[in-house]
Amino acid sequence: MDQVSTIATVWAFIIAFAVFVYVVMDGFDLGLGMLFPLFPKKEDRDVMMNSVAPVWDGNETWLVLGGGGLFAAFPLAYAVLMPALYTPIVAMLLGLVFRGVAFEFRWRSQRERNRWDIAFAGGSLVAALAQGIALGAILQGVQVANRAYAGGWWDWLTPFSILTGIAVVIGYCLLGATWLVMKTTGDLREKAYHLSWWLLFAMLGAIGAVSLATPFLNVEYARRWFTWPNLLFTAPVPIAVAAVTALLLQSLARRQDYRPFVLSLVLFALSYAGLGISMYPYIVPRSITIWQAAAPESSQIFMLVGVSILIPIILIYTGWAYWVFRGKVDPQSGYH
Amino acid sequence: MFDGLDAVVLARAQFAFTMSFHIVFPAFSIGLASYLAVLEALWLWTGREVFLNLFNYWLKIFAIAFGMGVVSGVVMSYQFGTNWATFSDKTGPVIGPLMAYEVLTAFFLEAGFLGVMLFGLKKVGPRLHFLATLMVAIGTLISAFWILSANSWMQTPAGYAINDAGQFVAADWWKVIFNPSFPYRLVHMVLAAYLTTAFVVGGVGAFHLLRDPKREGARVMFSMAMWMATIVAPIQIFAGDQHGLNTLEHQPAKVMAMEGHYQGHPDGAPLLLFGLPDQKNAKVDYAIQIPKLSSLILKHSLDAPLAGLDTVPREDWPPVPVIFWSFRIMVGLGFLMMGLGLLSLWLRWRGRIYDYRPLHYFAMVMGPSGFIAVLAGWFTTEVGRQPFTVYGLLRTVDSASPLAAPAVASSLIAFVIVYFLLFTAGIVYILRLMAQPPHSGEEGPRGDAPSHAAGITPASGAANYAQR
Repeated sequence: MDQVSTIATVWAFIIAFAVFVYVVMDGFDLGLGMLFPLFPKKEDRDVMMNSVAPVWDGNETWLVLGGGGLFAAFPLAYAVLMPALYTPIVAMLLGLVFRGVAFEFRWRSQRERNRWDIAFAGGSLVAALAQGIALGAILQGVQVANRAYAGGWWDWLTPFSILTGIAVVIGYCLLGATWLVMKTTGDLREKAYHLSWWLLFAMLGAIGAVSLATPFLNVEYARRWFTWPNLLFTAPVPIAVAAVTALLLQSLARRQDYRPFVLSLVLFALSYAGLGISMYPYIVPRSITIWQAAAPESSQIFMLVGVSILIPIILIYTGWAYWVFRGKVDPQSGYH
Repeated sequence: MFDGLDAVVLARAQFAFTMSFHIVFPAFSIGLASYLAVLEALWLWTGREVFLNLFNYWLKIFAIAFGMGVVSGVVMSYQFGTNWATFSDKTGPVIGPLMAYEVLTAFFLEAGFLGVMLFGLKKVGPRLHFLATLMVAIGTLISAFWILSANSWMQTPAGYAINDAGQFVAADWWKVIFNPSFPYRLVHMVLAAYLTTAFVVGGVGAFHLLRDPKREGARVMFSMAMWMATIVAPIQIFAGDQHGLNTLEHQPAKVMAMEGHYQGHPDGAPLLLFGLPDQKNAKVDYAIQIPKLSSLILKHSLDAPLAGLDTVPREDWPPVPVIFWSFRIMVGLGFLMMGLGLLSLWLRWRGRIYDYRPLHYFAMVMGPSGFIAVLAGWFTTEVGRQPFTVYGLLRTVDSASPLAAPAVASSLIAFVIVYFLLFTAGIVYILRLMAQPPHSGEEGPRGDAPSHAAGITPASGAANYAQR
């Protein structure tokens, strides 16, 4: 591999990292938003929202880095995928608008609080579903001609993309529920435990369904997963999923605080790695590889300098912000 | 409803709409973040409770405005790809990294410290909290740096080459970032953000002074805002003039449109105060003009010749009527701002600044003037770049996504409905907060929590922190 290709590969991993961080960090925000309807008490909702209020903006910034990074490092992929995913992306953005404004609006009016609770839950659901649908639409591939999207504006809608949409909704809810186990106390925490059980089984069902459906999308996915010697790399993924599931069940049975959330993150990481195995080295499956979409070397190197210095610094102060608001949320007064 | 409108026109309408809504919030939060840092610094330095009260008062408003800025900003970061895919493919290698640096150096900094700034005073103590406020304020300024660099590159592209795939490629990053119009645009925009905030703060202060001229919080904020108006408005007019001269050098057609000069004036060009530009027949109806003044402003000589749009190919003309008027609105407001600043200075000298009611009415009316001026200014510069997205190099019609008109039309309708619904609510909440005067023991953004302890006074606050 020459230098240009190596840098492009490094960038593919950086973008994948940013998207993964977004998925797990905003995943639990959106997940607890979707769980709002199951927690009708105002006090519970106050605690739930306050458990993410100091960090949600930082979490969402990873989405901007994912999109902005794609624009900068793989402009062709950005230019093809955004029109291909037009409707899910617009739906996601609008969902995030509703969800985002609710964080402050909810506290500004007693009378209209219920309205913003609905905006919070509904916005979270729409955003999560749209992200899952976008994932499915990418996996099933899009039509490309002359460096541009060549399909229609409903191509994204298939049974498979609906399936991935539902899978992501379930996964985010599991993250949200285990986050609540970690951050809350009393009845709220009990309920979150209870939900975590059900959501874990639903999540396993979703992982199974998506894993079974993906090889049928095209032969290349099947060949990648089920032929020797690829099996050496692919077989450990389902085995690890089984192992993590066992640990997760155990930690839920033992009613532990931190481990259910951490293990749910690991489960997400494994699913994500599985998707990576299916897609690599394509950035638009079967049409455009990461090397074809890569921005010129001058752009990728210019950004690589910044990324290698800034991402560690960002992780440090983001970690500090989480540290400041560590521990259980005080139901009496939020973070005061 | 959208018959006859093509996808490009709809995509432009969508970008203009979402951008116009968005720009209002950062323009306000850039200035407000700095103002909050100043208030907190004054509180730490002097120990006067009024500064902490004002800090918490404006922090609640900041939380709402910043949230609306974030969510409308995330929309913008995806607009390029969804509606302007060809533009994204061609300019991504140059503009993309500038935006990536904005995310890495600014957005994360703001977002990372925002939680502590909003909710963390009692958790981390005043000094670390001040650091968080400072980081948020610096983050907003770094953000302005990168996004204005990217915007300026589209206006005055430099340091680029074009590769085999037809993409713009950076040949010299220094020249890309510090392209010819960038320093002027950056100064002009940051000053505009500071003025916008100053007039909002001044308007709110004036509103409360009209009801009770003795209120300490209202007096302090009004006085601070009027100092800003007095000092910054004249600087801004000078900066704007310099920016205009830079535009004349690099984008002469935009200045011709601003001036309404369809024809050239070989013996000194007049300044049009008023008129109705007629784009079709290339003339300005009902023009009221001052002879030779335009040449004096732009060329510093009464008789200097100025070319008109008749020297520019017709297909490269920007739409004059929009620019002609948006420019006049911006400049008119700029001079009104300076007028208010000078009036306040005179009344301050006479000792009447807190009880001369006409001043307070004037300041209250001028409260939203910054927003209007910012929007008018952006319309001038962005519409003035037309019919190009990258000035002189990439046409707007060649930049759009390959989308069907109904797709763009439906998303436009969705954005219009959602934005009006949500941002109206947000503005109402902000106005409700503003309608209350800042008071002793003012609480932060979660102050309405049921069993919240009383606010921090400097003395008890210091004691609390000492115990930690």
